[in-house]
Amino acid sequence: MALLEINNLHASIEDKEILKGLSLSVNAGEVHAIMGPNGSGKSTLSYVLSGKPDYEVTEGTATLDGVDLLELEADARAAAGLFLAFQYPVEVPGVATMTFLRTALNAQRRARGEDELSTPDFLRIVKEKAAHLGISQDMLRRGVNVGFSGGEKKRNEILQMALLEPKVAILDETDSGLDIDALKIVSEGVNSLRSKDRAMVVITHYQRLLDHIVPDFVHVMHKGRIVRSGGKELALELEASGYAAYGQDAA
Amino acid sequence: MPAVQETVDQVRSLDVDQYKYGFVTDIESEKAPKGLSEDTVRYISAKKNEPEWMLEWRLDAYRRWLTMEEPTWARVSYPKIDFQDYYYYAQPKKRPQSLDEIDPEILATYDKLGIPLREREALLGIENPSRPIAVDAVFDSVSVATTFKAELAKQGVIFCSISEAIREHPELVKQYLGSVVPVSDNFYATLNTAVFSDGSFVYIPKGVRCPMELSTYFRINERNTGQFERTLIIADEGAYVSYLEGCTAPQRDENQLHAAVVELVALKDAEIKYSTVQNWYPGDKDGKGGIYNFVTKRGDCRGDNSKISWTQVETGSAITWKYPSCILRGDNSQGEFYSIAISNGFQQVDSGTKMIHLGKNTSSRIISKGIAAGRSENTYRGQVTAHRRATNSRNFTNCDSLLIGDKCGAHTVPYIEAKNSSAVFEHEATTSKISEDQLFYCLQRGLSPEEAVALIVNGFVKDVLQQLPMEFAVEAQKLISVSLEGSVG
Ligand SMILES: Nc1ncnc2c1ncn2[C@@H]1O[C@H](COP(=O)(O)OP(=O)(O)OP(=O)(O)O)[C@@H](O)[C@H]1O
Ligand SMILES: [Mg+2]
Repeated sequence: MALLEINNLHASIEDKEILKGLSLSVNAGEVHAIMGPNGSGKSTLSYVLSGKPDYEVTEGTATLDGVDLLELEADARAAAGLFLAFQYPVEVPGVATMTFLRTALNAQRRARGEDELSTPDFLRIVKEKAAHLGISQDMLRRGVNVGFSGGEKKRNEILQMALLEPKVAILDETDSGLDIDALKIVSEGVNSLRSKDRAMVVITHYQRLLDHIVPDFVHVMHKGRIVRSGGKELALELEASGYAAYGQDAA
Repeated sequence: MPAVQETVDQVRSLDVDQYKYGFVTDIESEKAPKGLSEDTVRYISAKKNEPEWMLEWRLDAYRRWLTMEEPTWARVSYPKIDFQDYYYYAQPKKRPQSLDEIDPEILATYDKLGIPLREREALLGIENPSRPIAVDAVFDSVSVATTFKAELAKQGVIFCSISEAIREHPELVKQYLGSVVPVSDNFYATLNTAVFSDGSFVYIPKGVRCPMELSTYFRINERNTGQFERTLIIADEGAYVSYLEGCTAPQRDENQLHAAVVELVALKDAEIKYSTVQNWYPGDKDGKGGIYNFVTKRGDCRGDNSKISWTQVETGSAITWKYPSCILRGDNSQGEFYSIAISNGFQQVDSGTKMIHLGKNTSSRIISKGIAAGRSENTYRGQVTAHRRATNSRNFTNCDSLLIGDKCGAHTVPYIEAKNSSAVFEHEATTSKISEDQLFYCLQRGLSPEEAVALIVNGFVKDVLQQLPMEFAVEAQKLISVSLEGSVG
């Protein structure tokens, strides 16, 4: 079984079906890109997998390393190794980023039966990883995402991924809001996390991200389903011709 | 391990339903007959061997109280209280003469609460023995033991029960009792004056910096007894004292009545810091039972350059009606009010402060953090006034509310009145809500819902927590988490 295995997933919100029988297999070590028009359900997929309340799964299955994700609460899914880099990272005023990172890491370690990290160890790791992503100490002291620029928020998401070392990471439009230099820094950060034990699902609208994070597979999502899959050349084709071809037949 | 940390751990390990302090100590106690009359007042006074002037003072208060109306302006609602349905006095039958004679049952109760009642234990419980805490424990109506008395006496500090002070230090008591909260100040304060059972008395002599934090741990044990403590703290010229008050009560179906009066007097150049952590039983998940807490706390910055600072963490009680205030009488005097008020379940909180600027160049600072969860109602009510004489008075008020869920309410009711055009009053207020998106973001990173709420709430209240003495801050932080359990999900 693949590391992330999604089968015939149907999900709705407020009685409106968004995912309409989506299937996807992602093996350890692979990077998959999902592209697709606005409103096709890409973010919805990420929310359903990570257990956001209010989404109702009506049919289908989703497993991570053989564990039934849909049975677990959101925090247990995270501890099981699922990470979502949000399209719109949320501000948490009053909670210093450093405190947040530490609480999250220790919560996951506890849930997995591991020891909490000592303060010096933790600080050392965070500082090192933050430096790689061009995140300043000052940002780490500020409230989570409070007053961060769009690009800083996205970098902060990748910092969290680097720290939490998930088995499966879903990156939802991590490239949006990044300037050219930041795009490079973030991509390098993501690439350094590629490993044979880890899988990534990269949601994006643009080839330029995939120039840096080269995917093994590209999928086209349309109206809540994967309607076409291919290699990295599929992204180039989409960039040239758009989604017009999927207009009618996929509905 | 600091004593309070121990308290928290012990209390946690008890795990009595949701309310962790809900146990009842089985000791024989002696009660006044049920109900309230002149006879009740006489009974209490006689029990305490009070001098005639004290009895007269109480009777005067009782007669005035009969003519007063229960106030209804606060944003709280509860069935009409039948004042004849309470016992106004209860005391353990065996009167201890020294710490060694204390009923083991009582000691066991305090053990559960983690209070270092015996001096030895207290010393062991504190990391830094040069800053120990002296505890005056009020068990129902009688102060059963006062620790560290001897050590304090060396500095001339008087720390004892108010009953003892009435007997041993009548001059001080006569001079100051009722001088901050007059007999007919308000309905509950007047009731307290008539029937107060016990409480603490502190006198810090001129120029003395009290060598330790003084602490009272209140606990209501007896069924259907009102607890009416009376506390009086006097810091003479140039003196300093930090006083900690902690409260718990066992879990009961009926509502218990509590109406305390606390008076603080700071003379010239003196400073009093008064911290409270209140975690009385808030009632069960359907809103049944819980403490009715109607408290009058007031500090008088009587001398020039004096300072009074109130810090409170309010997590318990079914109803809280409480406005620790400062009268800034002396020139250059300062008043502070730092408050965290948390309400969950069906709790109703109406709390805030009054800063009355009378002297010149007086300043006050109010930082209030209200957190409402469940179906609770949380009101901040604050009054800042500057008298005609109070030139250059200043106030800064910051009043923030945080809502958890959508069935609770937060309200802010500020009254501001400056009769002097040189007064500068600033007022900031915000209301925010823990959003579903914030919670989900935290959960996605592996935090449990409880951890997520605790993290956000602790971030929200940190400005106030910083004001608490260290040991108290740790306890407060844990209490906040405990009292918000079950507020999400
Ligand atoms: N709470 C909601 N109630 C009703 N419809 C919703 C709700 N949330 C999302 N939708 C709808 O679900 C559909 C899929 O949205 P989703 O955010 O998953 O799209 P997306 O593929 O991520 O789009 P984009 O590329 O713009 O980010 C949209 O039509 C959206 O309007
Ligand atoms: Mg999206």
